[in-house]
Amino acid sequence: MQIYLPIAEVSVNAFLLLGLGGLVGILSGMFGVGGGFLMTPLLFFIGIPPAVAVATEANQIVASSFSGVLAHLRRKTVDLRMGTVLLVGGLIGAALGVLLFNYLKSQGQVDLLVRLCYVVFLGVIGGMMFLESLRAIRSTRSGKPVPKRKKHSWIHGLPFKMRFRTSGLYISVIPPVLVGVSVGVLAAIMGVGGGFIMVPAMIYLLGMPTKVVVGTSLFQIIFVTAFTTLLHATTNYTVDVALAVLLLIGGVVGAQVGTQIGTRMKAEQLRILLAIMVLVVCGKLALDLLLQPSELYSLGDGGGH
Amino acid sequence: MRLAGAILLCLLALPLAAEQVVLGLSADRVKITATFEGSEVLVFGAVKRETSIPETPLEVIVTIAGPSRPVTVRRKERVLGIWANTDAVHVDAAPTFYAVATSGPLDKVLTEVEDLRHKISIPRAIRSVGAPMTVRNAQKFTEALIRIRRDEGAYQLLEGAVALDEQTLFRTSIDMPANLTEGDYLTRIFLTREGRVVSQFQTSIDVDKVGLERWLFDLSRQQPLLYGLMSLAIAIAAGWGASAAFRAFRQS
Repeated sequence: MQIYLPIAEVSVNAFLLLGLGGLVGILSGMFGVGGGFLMTPLLFFIGIPPAVAVATEANQIVASSFSGVLAHLRRKTVDLRMGTVLLVGGLIGAALGVLLFNYLKSQGQVDLLVRLCYVVFLGVIGGMMFLESLRAIRSTRSGKPVPKRKKHSWIHGLPFKMRFRTSGLYISVIPPVLVGVSVGVLAAIMGVGGGFIMVPAMIYLLGMPTKVVVGTSLFQIIFVTAFTTLLHATTNYTVDVALAVLLLIGGVVGAQVGTQIGTRMKAEQLRILLAIMVLVVCGKLALDLLLQPSELYSLGDGGGH
Repeated sequence: MRLAGAILLCLLALPLAAEQVVLGLSADRVKITATFEGSEVLVFGAVKRETSIPETPLEVIVTIAGPSRPVTVRRKERVLGIWANTDAVHVDAAPTFYAVATSGPLDKVLTEVEDLRHKISIPRAIRSVGAPMTVRNAQKFTEALIRIRRDEGAYQLLEGAVALDEQTLFRTSIDMPANLTEGDYLTRIFLTREGRVVSQFQTSIDVDKVGLERWLFDLSRQQPLLYGLMSLAIAIAAGWGASAAFRAFRQS
């Protein structure tokens, strides 16, 4: 069934959108990532104008994250305190990111920068997670106890300590705020919720337990993407509500399914799957940059000189 | 004698309105609804003339042009091993949709001079003031624009698609794709003899969104904050709804 999208001004298959929403929703519920880093390129691929894809995707992430976070709240796997601290950093970061984005846009080449950002971040994070999870799985297989991460590092020497009971942490608020800010900046530049950067940062930098990380990440993503949606709707008029509805119907159902799958899997397996997915997307984007494209020319809006 | 007669007829035909187009359209308005899948527009008509039919064959050209928009065409080049956009050419006005249907090969039914005057063929319909001097092969950018749009079905050259009976009745159908831009679609009909335009007629097809599509589009432009909040409310409601539905489903 074809459906005409009023803002994107293209006609697409409604079932295709429902399916894409569902697929990304499952991943979102399983890993606590918004799924934007997968969905946005997929929307480009089916012919949605990039500006509309980025803005609408933000709106859809609000829905799937909200659906996911409710499931996590019931199981008490959301650290609201940590989430709020990250959120404060995230909003500051998002505002800085928008400023940086507009500056880069005026210099041209913003597309290339966004892609390079993706390749570098996805590559580094995916690689790190993959190796770490592999080591963890191997050591549990061989029966040896998993080596505990260093309990005391320089992070624990910082002031403004706060107790995060749900995560079982007593650390300074400075690292979480900084994580929030840097994720916010990247999220604004790359047009995603930032979960795929946030999740590893919380596990490896802050030392939060994996089970809590997913819910907390989703909690923070809701607010950052809601803010982004409003920003896009009022300045660029690029949020397509018809597209968003189709994506989110699939997305919210998928998120529920994903959360159920996530609870049945071991943390290491969850992490290695996310790592593989991140590396695949990274590889695809890197190939796009390195291989000669079949069409060297591209069309853009008349605005950019 | 016959030759003289033909020349005389040609001379008679040249002044305006010796032959006129009487046009019919299957639709003078295309409504974009939520389930819009593109539209086929049937263009048909007759040639009205006071005099007898001239001997040189009559040819018909039908063009439909969507609203023009500026476009930036960018070219990728390899920079440090990475394919990046380098040169860009700004095209001042390129129609978002353009179809040319003719009763014969375009270079036979229309001379270069007449094409230049009436801007009929696809390259002529695109207006480009000129590329910056630093760009090599600026012509290639316009060619790329036409190639990309043609592959998308936005630009169509339909040679021989106009059926012409008895040099009087003509008809053709033009497929308009689903991703149309709103606006007035200028529809022109040219009658040519020996490559010269002897008569022309123009009208417009109105393409616009209706119903829900219209309402959403207007809301997003006139009340963007309200529209944004509405989008968020829908998102939150859907997220909560799915979560509640799943819980009920699992408990039963």
